[in-house]
Amino acid sequence: MNGAQDLGGMQGFGRVVPDADDAHFHESWEPRAFALTLAMGATGSWNLDQGRFARESLPPAQYLASTYYRIWLEALVRLMLERGQVTEAELIDGQLREPPRPLARVLSADAVPAALARGAPTEREAAAPARFAVGDAVMARQINPATHTRLPRYVRGRRGTIVALHGTHVYPDTHARGEGESPCWLYTVRFDAHELWGADTTASSVFVDCWEPYLEVLASDRAHSPTSAGPR
Amino acid sequence: MSTPAEPHRNTLSDMELRVLALEKLLIDKGYVDAKALDVLIDTYEHRVGPRNGAKVVARAWVDADYRARLAVDATAAIAEFGYTGRQGEHMVALFNEPGVHHLVVCTLCSCYPWPVLGLPPAWYKSAPYRSRAVIDPRGVLADFGLELPAQTELRVFDSTAELRYLVIPTRPAGTDDWTLEQLADLVTRDSMIGTGLPIFPDSVTATLAP
Repeated sequence: MNGAQDLGGMQGFGRVVPDADDAHFHESWEPRAFALTLAMGATGSWNLDQGRFARESLPPAQYLASTYYRIWLEALVRLMLERGQVTEAELIDGQLREPPRPLARVLSADAVPAALARGAPTEREAAAPARFAVGDAVMARQINPATHTRLPRYVRGRRGTIVALHGTHVYPDTHARGEGESPCWLYTVRFDAHELWGADTTASSVFVDCWEPYLEVLASDRAHSPTSAGPR
Repeated sequence: MSTPAEPHRNTLSDMELRVLALEKLLIDKGYVDAKALDVLIDTYEHRVGPRNGAKVVARAWVDADYRARLAVDATAAIAEFGYTGRQGEHMVALFNEPGVHHLVVCTLCSCYPWPVLGLPPAWYKSAPYRSRAVIDPRGVLADFGLELPAQTELRVFDSTAELRYLVIPTRPAGTDDWTLEQLADLVTRDSMIGTGLPIFPDSVTATLAP
């Protein structure tokens, strides 16, 4: 979705302020919110992409005014409310009023190290050959779904070159809608910085990881034309 | 602490009260194990951090075979150290070289290679960094006090998928006979993101210079 999370190329946020210290958490509630998010994620109540969609669905003004763990917390609450796992009234004082909903699993302390060491790999066995090869000229599609996507706005409709193939990975766009993993080939695409920004950039090139449905063939000898971007 | 303390309204902020209430509720519902929360926090506050990545970099500096394995399959090469799993399931190493510098960002959220670098610093998750790294990386580097030569090729990697990037900075000169441990001490967190360089042992190079 074209939400506030899609920040690449926006201007006006000011300087980056490097940390004076290396503290991971800056408020006492942040480590608890962090751990609650990981522990609830481990219950399997939602997947990675549904979690991300909940975060980016915060109203833009709220998203941009929130610290990162605040965004995590708001998304966690939203995900649990959507599933009837907690109620608004319970959240106010923490008093249990409704019986718990059944969960697929609960993360025990003993299981944490193995769960973290295992992670959640997203690569799946390829069911079809890759459409693109290293060196191919491609164009990122001009798409604007109101649902979750990992194709940033700043590359849509821009020409790039395939520089790496990474096997087939869970496709976020369907996964976030609860429509299955639909594994797709994943590529790293190099975009010349001038293709993205004209002269107004200090980058040489920007590399973006793109699933196959994000890309279309671009004949390398064909002039760039907005009308060649496919059906409208 | 395995059980949240009773909130004291005169000393706790609204956010502290809110999170305490949420934690109590989720424990009472049986959704989360209080001890598991403590283990999660302890893991990332005390056990996992950029010293892991520094060991990988130091090894890549001294061991050509390891460097080659890192280039072919970074996930497997990093797993040789036991660094695996969450937010590092699919690792890619980006090798800086003279004239080529890499910078890593996640414009869409805050993707970061936890097993080798720990949790991201606040600036990495901030709007200024996420918005500007892809359009004005030299401006971002200036905020870190880093100015690269004008002719250096600056490649920005936006972590939009589940690939996680680790920058392998170039080895400082004058460190030929250094041990792995000494070399790892030169590798800063920022040098593995691309917003910094390793510590250059100026005093050593000065004494070694003819």
